[in-house]
Amino acid sequence: MAYSDKVLDHYNNPRNAGSLDRNDPNVGTGMVGAPECGDVMKLQLKVNPESGVIEEARFKTFGCGSAIASSSLATEWLKGRTIEQALAIKNTDIVSELSLPPVKIHCSVLAEDAIRAAINDYKRKTAPGAEGR
Amino acid sequence: MKLAVYMDNHATTQVDPRVLDAMLPYFREEFGNAASRNHVFGWKAEEAVEKSRKQVAALIGAQPKEIIFTSGATESDNLAIKGVAEMYSERGKHIITCLTEHKAVLDCCKKLEKQGYRVTWLPVEPSGRIDLERLQAAITGETILITLMYANNETGVLHPVSEIGRIAHERGVLFHCDAVQAVGRVPVNVIDENIDLLSISAHKIYGPKGVGALYVRRRNPRVQLTAQMDGGGHERGMRSGTLNVPGIVGLGEACGICQREMAEETIRLKGLRDRLKARLEASLDEVYVNGTMEHRLPNNLSMSFAYVEGESLLMGINDVAVSSGSACTSATLEPSYVLKAMGAGDDLAHSSIRFGLGRFTTEEEVDYVAGRVTEVVRKLRELSPLYEMAREGVNLKNYQWTAEGQ
Repeated sequence: MAYSDKVLDHYNNPRNAGSLDRNDPNVGTGMVGAPECGDVMKLQLKVNPESGVIEEARFKTFGCGSAIASSSLATEWLKGRTIEQALAIKNTDIVSELSLPPVKIHCSVLAEDAIRAAINDYKRKTAPGAEGR
Repeated sequence: MKLAVYMDNHATTQVDPRVLDAMLPYFREEFGNAASRNHVFGWKAEEAVEKSRKQVAALIGAQPKEIIFTSGATESDNLAIKGVAEMYSERGKHIITCLTEHKAVLDCCKKLEKQGYRVTWLPVEPSGRIDLERLQAAITGETILITLMYANNETGVLHPVSEIGRIAHERGVLFHCDAVQAVGRVPVNVIDENIDLLSISAHKIYGPKGVGALYVRRRNPRVQLTAQMDGGGHERGMRSGTLNVPGIVGLGEACGICQREMAEETIRLKGLRDRLKARLEASLDEVYVNGTMEHRLPNNLSMSFAYVEGESLLMGINDVAVSSGSACTSATLEPSYVLKAMGAGDDLAHSSIRFGLGRFTTEEEVDYVAGRVTEVVRKLRELSPLYEMAREGVNLKNYQWTAEGQ
């Protein structure tokens, strides 16, 4: 199977690979997928509490090159967005940016799921009465 | 050293130059039809075919008349399984096979199942081998055929073929063996091992693609087959169609070379394979060999690299040709059915790489491949959330995975 240049670029030079402190109250962590399915994505974002803007994003992915590229791209897109803007990222945007073939669309779906899971985690943490969780 | 490095010799092999040299005259001046009985062109072609028949037979301990030339092992498997099923259907309609067989065997059995035959699909042990007691227990008065491979194409694991053959003969059941990966790499003897039908492919043993053979026993018992290809009655009526003379000459020469050089080649390949394994195990933790090392082809190493997905590993070592048991490479998204049947766990099945060494593999290539794999596995583990969790002491087996986001 031939990979698109953009997938290769993200695979060879992953953006924002790594982890943020999951105990930081401003960090939301999303983990989606399962090892037996061959894909696990961990996506983290750190929100500036003053501005509500995502100032940092990190990922770690177990999966094929397209899964790695999808999550790498997602972190790139997350930075500088507000939570609302981040929720507007759709898997189809990732598919077209990376020119993913039909068999790899699930990678983009997983990346979108990871974004939502991270945002949900952040919202849970910052919801009123969530102190100490 | 020339890149890319080819280490996928279970998929196919490079034609040995000696094989090609033997074939070339049969494309040029000796182009006759082996079935032309009344002129010299036909005689020369027939002579060449008969020489090949002897070479193939000699490699597996058979008689030349017991060799039927085909277009390859898929056809040989089809002819053996469907041909026996059709010929012996009045005696019984039960066939025994195994979950880790090649698709050519599995799909023949599935088709027969649809046609009213009963098929027993034996499981395998974690070693990759079948349990002989289960085989014994599966045989009934209705059983007409046991079809089990000699060596697995993914893991290189060898079934206990002699014991299977002995059981089959004791119980009066025919034994077909798909020996595509084994012939030419380990000693195979159809008499000693009580094999009644045996499939061979040329392109796995440094011969050309598009040609293979089926051994069909003529004595004790005399095996009969219903032909699957009707026509001019070539190959004792079992396989009509003008013989692929250059291909058959290539298969014969390939078998001859294997017979002469197998002992030496085995030692060399085993040495290189063990070197590859040792290097990978020395430089990486949590690497697992799939299946038993004790009963395995000398040129195979099937290994899982925990926390790393196979396809992403292949992508990183793009100047090395190997194959992945992970099947993100196929449209099904299912990991290797062979490794799953061995109980590897889907996560390790997704992390497996098959290294297939061959006649032209060098020590320099082995070292290069070990180095590249190490480098890419390390890089991908740094990217892997599973590796991070494992290092933090999280038990990945008990973790609540969410297949979808919340």
